[in-house]
Amino acid sequence: MRQLFKFHGGVHPPTHKEQSSQSPIAQAVLPSRLVVPLYQHIGNRAKPAVEVGQRVRKGQIIGMPEGSLSSAVHAPTSGTVAAIDMQQVAHASGMDDLCVTLIPDGQEEWIKREGMDYLSINKADIRFVLRMAGVVGLGGATFPSDQKLRPGKHKIKTVVLNGAECEPYITCDDLLMRERAEEIIQGAEIIRYMLDAEEVLIGIEDNKPEAIAAMRLAVNARPRSASADRMEVIAVPTLYPGGGAKQLIRVLTGIEVAAGVRSTDLGAQCFNVGTAYSIYRAIAHGEPLISRIVTVTGNVAQARNFEVLFGTPAHELVSQAAPLPDTNGYLMGGPMMGIRLPSEQVGIIKATNCIIAMSDVLFPPAPPALPCIRCTRCAEACPAELQPQELYWFAKAKNFDKARKYNLFDCIECGACSYVCPSHIPLVQYYRFAKSEIWDQESNQKAADAARVRHEYHEFREEREKREKAEKLAERDRAAQAAKAQKAAAPPTLPPAGEVANVSPCAAPADADPENTMQLKIQRAIEQAKLQAATTTPKNTEQLTPEQRAQIAAIEARRAHIHELASTSVEASSAMLVEANTEVKSQPPTQSPQE
Amino acid sequence: MSAFFSPFISKPEGVSLIMLKVLLALIPGIALYVWFFGSAILISITLASLTALGTEALMLKLRNRPISPFLKDNSALLTAWLLALSIPPLAPWWLVVVGTAFAISISKHLYGGLGNNPFNPAMIGYAVLIISFPLQMTHWITPHGLGQVELGFFDQLDYIFRGILPDGLKLDAVTMATPLDTLKTQLHMYGNINEIMNLPIYGHLAGQGSEWVATGFLLGGLYLLATRLISWHIPVAYLGTLFITAGLFHLADPAHYVTPLFHWFSGAAMIGAFFILTDPVSGPTTHKGKLIFAAGAGFITYLIRVFGGFPDGMAFATLLMNICVPLIDAYTQPKVFGKKGRLSDKNGGQA
Repeated sequence: MRQLFKFHGGVHPPTHKEQSSQSPIAQAVLPSRLVVPLYQHIGNRAKPAVEVGQRVRKGQIIGMPEGSLSSAVHAPTSGTVAAIDMQQVAHASGMDDLCVTLIPDGQEEWIKREGMDYLSINKADIRFVLRMAGVVGLGGATFPSDQKLRPGKHKIKTVVLNGAECEPYITCDDLLMRERAEEIIQGAEIIRYMLDAEEVLIGIEDNKPEAIAAMRLAVNARPRSASADRMEVIAVPTLYPGGGAKQLIRVLTGIEVAAGVRSTDLGAQCFNVGTAYSIYRAIAHGEPLISRIVTVTGNVAQARNFEVLFGTPAHELVSQAAPLPDTNGYLMGGPMMGIRLPSEQVGIIKATNCIIAMSDVLFPPAPPALPCIRCTRCAEACPAELQPQELYWFAKAKNFDKARKYNLFDCIECGACSYVCPSHIPLVQYYRFAKSEIWDQESNQKAADAARVRHEYHEFREEREKREKAEKLAERDRAAQAAKAQKAAAPPTLPPAGEVANVSPCAAPADADPENTMQLKIQRAIEQAKLQAATTTPKNTEQLTPEQRAQIAAIEARRAHIHELASTSVEASSAMLVEANTEVKSQPPTQSPQE
Repeated sequence: MSAFFSPFISKPEGVSLIMLKVLLALIPGIALYVWFFGSAILISITLASLTALGTEALMLKLRNRPISPFLKDNSALLTAWLLALSIPPLAPWWLVVVGTAFAISISKHLYGGLGNNPFNPAMIGYAVLIISFPLQMTHWITPHGLGQVELGFFDQLDYIFRGILPDGLKLDAVTMATPLDTLKTQLHMYGNINEIMNLPIYGHLAGQGSEWVATGFLLGGLYLLATRLISWHIPVAYLGTLFITAGLFHLADPAHYVTPLFHWFSGAAMIGAFFILTDPVSGPTTHKGKLIFAAGAGFITYLIRVFGGFPDGMAFATLLMNICVPLIDAYTQPKVFGKKGRLSDKNGGQA
């Protein structure tokens, strides 16, 4: 038996998985139209590669990847491009994005597909194929897979294949593993080959015995390769959020990937089972990513999993599962981390693992929030080992510096804290607010820094021009004096030799030529010009003594400090205002300006 | 309409259910109280409950807050019960009312109501009473079978509300000092524990009757632990520190310092360990912080009991440690996931 590791906290929400896991995967009916967003992945939006009115074949690229972090988007079926415009997309913000609207012709006419043996081509080419096949992480993050298969500085020891599926209601990975285990395992082999990893650990929560059995069968049925043959299916305890990449890596390997650290730096890389399947299909069959398994469940009569083309409008998909009449909204993803769809018209995207029909009975409105009683059930539940009750307090008081100090950005927004909160406080919402405010402040700060640099350069240039002008003037003056001197030297009225020697020790002897005195004068003129330049440009920092510079630096620092104090005291007073408007608590002191 | 942002589900257990369970956990102790000391305690609990709910409603109205959700949270009831259990049942009715009203209005609502009070309201109420009305705070009922006379329920009612005892009866005949108090005064007179322990008011471990009430609270506390309503840190650290401190003194000088078990089962130690110090609002939030907080309270309790001027030290120990809570929390913040300076070990915290 393999030694498993634990992560802190976690919760056991009711799973509701049986509802949709009883029937096999069905092919969703071809919808009347497909609205395919060109931005379905992390990175740059794909660039439209078709025109309105153009006929496209199934699998044809309609969006070309742009920049290194991007992925292609394809026509999910054959048909005609009806529009390329801004449409509502499946995003919590409800904002519009560029979409290609496709009217299917029902022919399902494929592009030419060519599979290949991954061992016979080089790794860069495999990555290129995946990029052009639009393969991205299907666990929800939609990170372009070709980027995750790029060898890094560190050796990857373990590939973690994520089949945990810890969110309630969702069963798409469960059904995929039950029905297409062999292809997932072949995909895992490709990943292992690409990263040159020693082992592949496949983590599946122990509430999916059929999937575990199917995957074990597939692992054992593989043709044995000579070396590095470690691939193992491991049943992990059912505990939300055990399917989070950080948590699963922890459970299987003991490695804790801190916030801001790449798992690859610690020797592990995690892929969703659906991604492994898509990688296999793209390489071995030349099939781009145009569909995925989506669980349709919740307030429906016939919950099940469907193979769904991207761009299928949500309501056309849900209608195939017989939604009940009191359905009042759709959820994309699970109830712990999912988002409410802005409309039932939006298209299914690569990130859509589940659509849950909502009703007030299934998802009753949360009771009104009571004040936090510091019971720390949230801290006991937090898988990131944070102190959510403190973060809540800081976020509420807009004390963002403190929130940061208490590791706000380690929060993975899994929702375990909100789930257990007996005061029903929407904690995650507070953290999202605090994070976005901090990001906003930071971008403002960056803009201000850029403006300051620009301004300083501008001032520097003005100073330089002034100085150059002064030097030019001095030059002219010097030239004029030289001319005058020349004029004066023209009549040879030399004093007696002894007198000359008295006048200037460095002066030439009696027989010295007039050139020497002239040079002396020129020298003096230059010096005078320099002096003049220095006095007319008192701000010129380039001619300051080190002492003067130090003084200026000290003044600048003091000014910056005063400025900072002013801004923090404004913050503190505004935080106090917020407190006055809500509840007053004396516990965590508002940050004083002295801190 | 359901929520708009994730998570869309939540655990049904709310604040009022938690408070209700804590109230239920007090019932074994209260039942034994009634068994040994008569039903006067039920009168003061009722009185305190009514006062607490009335004060809570009034304060919510004055503060312009919704009344019903906060009245239903059961937190005022818990304060009332804890306070009623800390003061003598035969105390005049206004003592309970003043203490409870002060606890709810001043120490809870003036600080912002539920979740915002830095001090345990019940202990503030107790502290106010013992400082303001020390005499009335000493009317403890003599346990069943010890006194010359025993008052019936209606006699008790009569005394609490009208201050009248049955003909020819003096208050001293039905009340006595607490076992902890007796110990202190007797030590001054006799100077030897063994003789004192033979006094009829002492039972097997501590005070006759009161040791059983403490056992009742221990049972309730174990229920709180078993249902994970409280974590083990506070009761273990509190009782542990009290035991070790008392044990060291007892070992050094058994003739002058009673056994640690006497301290466990006397006064408010048990109810304090499981029900008072575990108040989340006025206590620390980190595990390490809870250990420090409760250990401090255990030590202070002992000092006040043995060397201080008050009969019991629980209330002041709680309040003194309440003051330290922000500091304790600030200095005991645990390291977070992945930042503990270890890459791999078997148990990532308690999972």
